This record gives sequence, C-alpha cells and structure tokens, in this order.
Amino acid sequence: MHRLSETRRKTRCETRRAGARRLPALAAVLAALLAVACGQSAPEPGSSPSAEPGVSGDTIKVGILHSLSGTMAISEVSVKDAEQLAIDEINAQGGVLGKKLEPVVEDGASDWPTFAEKAQKLISSDNVAAVFGGWTSASRKAMLPVFERNKALLYYPVQYEGLESSPYIFYSGATTNQQIIPGLEHLKEKGVKRLFLLGSDYVFPRTANKEIKAWAKANGMEIVAEEYTPLGHTEYGTLVNKITAAKPDAVFNTLNGDSNVAFFKQLRNAGVSADDIPVMSVSVAEEEARGIGPDNLAGHLTAWNYYQTTDTPENEEFVKAYKQKYGADRVTDDPIEAGYVQVWLWAKSVEKAGSTNPEKVKQAAKGLTFDAPEGKVTIDGDTQHLYKTARIGRIRPDGLIEELSSSDEPIEPDPYLKGYDWAKGL
Amino acid sequence: MEIFLSQLFIGLSVASILLLVALGLTFTFGQMNVINMAHGEFVMAGAYTTYVIQGALGASLVTLGFLVALPLAFLVGGALGVVLEWVLIRRLSGRPLDTLLATFGVALILQQVARDVFGASNVQVRAPAFLDGAITVAGVSMSYTRLFIIALVGVCLAAIWAHLGRSPAGRRMRAVMQNRDLAAASGVRTPRVDRRTFFIGSGLAGVAGVAVTLLGSVGPTLGTNYLIDAFLVVIVGGLGRLRGAVMAAVALGLFNAYVEYGTDASIAKAAAFALIVVFLQFRPQGLVVQRARGLT
Repeated sequence: MHRLSETRRKTRCETRRAGARRLPALAAVLAALLAVACGQSAPEPGSSPSAEPGVSGDTIKVGILHSLSGTMAISEVSVKDAEQLAIDEINAQGGVLGKKLEPVVEDGASDWPTFAEKAQKLISSDNVAAVFGGWTSASRKAMLPVFERNKALLYYPVQYEGLESSPYIFYSGATTNQQIIPGLEHLKEKGVKRLFLLGSDYVFPRTANKEIKAWAKANGMEIVAEEYTPLGHTEYGTLVNKITAAKPDAVFNTLNGDSNVAFFKQLRNAGVSADDIPVMSVSVAEEEARGIGPDNLAGHLTAWNYYQTTDTPENEEFVKAYKQKYGADRVTDDPIEAGYVQVWLWAKSVEKAGSTNPEKVKQAAKGLTFDAPEGKVTIDGDTQHLYKTARIGRIRPDGLIEELSSSDEPIEPDPYLKGYDWAKGL
Repeated sequence: MEIFLSQLFIGLSVASILLLVALGLTFTFGQMNVINMAHGEFVMAGAYTTYVIQGALGASLVTLGFLVALPLAFLVGGALGVVLEWVLIRRLSGRPLDTLLATFGVALILQQVARDVFGASNVQVRAPAFLDGAITVAGVSMSYTRLFIIALVGVCLAAIWAHLGRSPAGRRMRAVMQNRDLAAASGVRTPRVDRRTFFIGSGLAGVAGVAVTLLGSVGPTLGTNYLIDAFLVVIVGGLGRLRGAVMAAVALGLFNAYVEYGTDASIAKAAAFALIVVFLQFRPQGLVVQRARGLT
C-alpha cells in the first residue's frame, strides 16, 4: 500500500507540472474544437447553475451507477466494487481537495431507460461531481444525452465499439483500435484465413462486426458467416453445427453476458476444442471465466488491455487490495481495473483543476497520465479516451489469462478509425 | 442429409429441455389455473442445489455430487413450491391476475436472495466426467450431455405417466384437474391435492435446474431464460395435458432447429412466436383438449 501511494503522489506532482505548462495551449485547442464540433461555444467556467457540483462542507459527492440487479449485475457489481475501492484509497490519502469523497450508489437494473433516469437523479437531486457507471453500449447511449444536456461528467469503464466521442464522457475502456484490431492482427499472424463472426444481437457486436468486415476485406481474410443471437440466448446447438459445417480457422466472439456460458459449454460438449477452432473473445474476462468454467475455456483467446496476471508493481498492489477487501476468491479483470483507474483519473483531474467544475476538470484532464495496474495510461484530450496497451491472452486451465503478446506501448485511441484507410465510409 | 439429421438431433434436444422445464408448469397451470411466474426460480434453485452439493462433496466427487443433486433438487424445488402454495397461492385462488403479479414478485425476491447468498456472478457447476464428449453416429455428432437430458426427460415422463394413471393419488389429481367441484363433492380433499400437485410440479422444475447446468449458465437470472418458452409449450400443448406438452415441445424444438439453421436465432424465435399466434387463432384450447362431461 505504502509503495503504491508514494508512486502515485509522485506521478501527480509530475503531471501537474507538465500540465501547467501545456494548459493555455490545450485550452485554446479545446475551445476551438468544441466550437467546431458542436457548433456552439464552450460554456464559460462558472456559468452553469452549480459551478462546483458535489461539494458541500467537507465532502464531495460522486455517483456510482451500475446494474446491481438484472441480467448485467453479473458483470457490473464487480466494477462498482472496484470503484468503491478506489474511493476508499483516495479518502485514506486525505480525499480530493482536502475533502472526503462520498459515493451515492444507484442501481441501473440492467434497464436502459432506468440508467437515464438515475443519471438525471444523480445530477439534479444529489448534485454529484461526476458519475462513474454503465457497462453495455445501450446503457451508455441512453445516458449520453442526459450528461450532454446537463453538462455533467460520465466516466465509462468498458471496452466498446468506438465511433463515439462525447465531450461529457471519459472513456476509460478500450476503443476498437486498442482491442479488436490488435485481436484481428494476432489471428492474421497465426495464419487465420477464414473467420466466423458470432455476436449478441445489439449495438456493440453489430457495429464491431461492421468494422471487422471492413478490416477483413482490406487484409484478405474471408468472413465465412456472421451470426447473431438474442441477449440471454441459451441454446447454441444449431450454431455449433453451423460452425463445424463452415469449418472456419477461428471464431471472433462478441457475445455478451450469460450467452457465453451456454456457447462455450455446448461447443466443448460437441467435441470442438481450442486446438480445432480457437475462439477469440472480447467480452470474456477473468470474472466471466469463473462462471463459464475454465474447463470449457482453456486454450481459447481473448483481447483486452489488462489481465490479473499483468506484471506491474501497481497491479500487484491492486490485486492484493481488491482481494483483501472483497475476498481471496475474487478475481480482477479489465473492466474492473478500468473502473478503478477512472476514479483515480477523475480525482487527479480535480486536484489539478482545483475545482469539481466539469469544464475545468475536462481542461485539467488533457494529457494527464497515471500509473495504472495495466501500465501507464494517458488521457487523450481530443477524444477523452485513454492511451492503452493492447494485450492478447490465452485462458489457462485455472481460469486466469496469460499474456501471449502485447503492443508493448500504449496505443493512441482512434474511436473513429481515422488512421485506417479501410475504415473510410463506416 | 447430414445436416438434416444433425438438426433433427438438436431439435429433439431443444424439445427435451423445453419439456423438462414445462412439465411442472402444465400441472400447476392446468390444475389450479395458476400462472406461476416463480417457476423459473425453482429451476434456478435446482441449479444452485447442484452447485452447493458439488461444493460440499469436493472436486473428487463431481459425478456423485451431480447424481445426488437430481433427487435433492426435486425435494428443494418441491419444498419451495409447497411453501409458495401454502403462504400465497391458496389465498389468491380464483384470482389469476393477482397470482401472476404476486408470483412475479416472489420470482424477483428469490433472484435477489440468490444474488445475496451466492453473489451476482455466475457460479460454476462441473459436468460429470462420463458426460464429457460426443458420440458420432451416421455423421451426426451427439453430445453425451444432450443424450443424458433426453433420457432424463424420458424417465420423468414415464414416472408421471405411472403416477397419474396407476396411483390413487394420481387419480385424485386428474379428478381435480377435470372438475374441481365434482371432485370435492365426491370427497376428494382438493386443498391437499393442490399442495401435492404443486410439490410435484415444482420438484420437476428443480430437476430441470440440475439438467440445464450441463448446457448453460448458473446465475440468479437463470430461470427467466427458460420461463417464456416453457409457457409457450404449456399453452400450445393445452392446459394440463401431458401428451399435448410433449407434442408442442417437439414441434417447437424442431421448428426452431430447422428455421435457425436456415436463418438466424432472432428470426427463428420471431417466426416461432408468429406461428403460435396464428395457431392459437384457430385452436385457442391448444393441441390436445380435455374431454370431460363438465359444466365448463
């Protein structure tokens, strides 16, 4: 604990110095960008009704908004736990701006309109400084207009399909070019020529597959099939038959939630192993692996930015603290880590800004770095995404994931895939 | 041809799972006219029973744990059903809408209880080693887990058939199902029969819970994944009709398997619903109709 906090303090000072030099230039860029992108000028700091949201006396209120019930609770409860761990650590170090953080926890109940309602409630009745929350893209899309309308901040911790960059959302999970494309490139290196696309039927898999198809076209990979099943689908017998009949070299899996359990169990039952047809998943992390059963998953591939086995001193501390607080049998994974990191990023931005005012926090966040468990992350001021290291992993028989290859250094976020020729016209 | 046979097997397998979950519902729905929304949670209770027993027996006795879970889950599901019947449903008899809402509330409570006791994440239930893998016959790969479930449904069906047709208690159940008032006038104690029916129906849900751990996730919301399909089987089959439920499950399973192979899972599901809507226009009473000289 001690060692970690020392590093953190050091980083904070360094970034503050670096940020202070760049601040005026960055502020000008932001103002110009906002004016161009939104067709309106950036609001004056202090002009909104609550210039310092969340601050009352010796405390600062922050919102945590995840599904604590319903079908998504399975994934989101752990992220909420990680966010509370970060808040506890920050408070133990004296809080933010000398004030203790006070979390207001709300349940999004796996229902997208509820997310929008609860977000509005957190902003207007609880007057929180920022909200950490969401998991599915549908929940983020439901909350986005609420945060833009109220000019309030949302920190969103999960990898997603890209093609979005709201001025009032900080995206601490990976965008496409930090997860899906490295995953595809890994498959290409391994000689995969024929790819089978399988996903749940909603916005993330459909958009991701659109991008994957464009990539495959440019890279000479054949997409043998594109299949969707409804969220919560449990019967994969027919799909396994389709896969074995199509004989792909690999499956790219964007299934979400419980469906993964059914799919992997039934794939293994049908006698298809990871050696026959490896499955590359982007929504199966250590937490999901526990429920699916490592027996059913061993040998299959994943693409993420962080694994519990990631070898950094910060991660050692993080895993220890998480297990100490929530039990030795708990595991950490990518979205859990991102949830933890985003609370720290917000706290550092507020410290640097000297205020909880969203406009000032956004200014201060530009270029901010943090030694996260996954390694160094940097906030990209233009897109409000993070520079993140891509990591391809293989699931071990004990359910943890070992790293096969990584991008070595953090990849610049490119949510609109502007840096890729094949992505024109998406 | 190979695909035709492969899908035939998948269709029958889907049918067996549907039937296993729906068997209990046909009784409670058919005899007591109770739409029990908590039926799915009894399935979940059966699944968690398997988890608890496997945990208690340890990793070396996975197979034994699974087999022991089958009768135990029957008792757990049955006990939950009796409690629900005794505490809630008998007080709401003749008020189907209220029962629907009340049992839906019970379903939510049970889900939250499971979440508090076992955690929000899925838990892992190991399949017995002898169910690992698949057998290939005439080019059709049939996994042992699916064959096991088909066999389990066969055993359950045979047991119910024997119970209803051969035992005095089964005869009383049929009597109450056909005409409650007449049965009561003839000296059958209908509340006791109701409780027995609920015990058997809910117990079967528990057994189904053990079976579905072989195929899908074990988590607090497990039951809701299966409940709607089970209701479809009951309604299409005709209330309280065992033969109808079997026919409906097989028809739905095969329809799903073939349509999904040609299109995709979402379309297959939508097509199945459309077909059922049309079917019920022409035959609202379901496939098999009860013939009795009642005054209904």
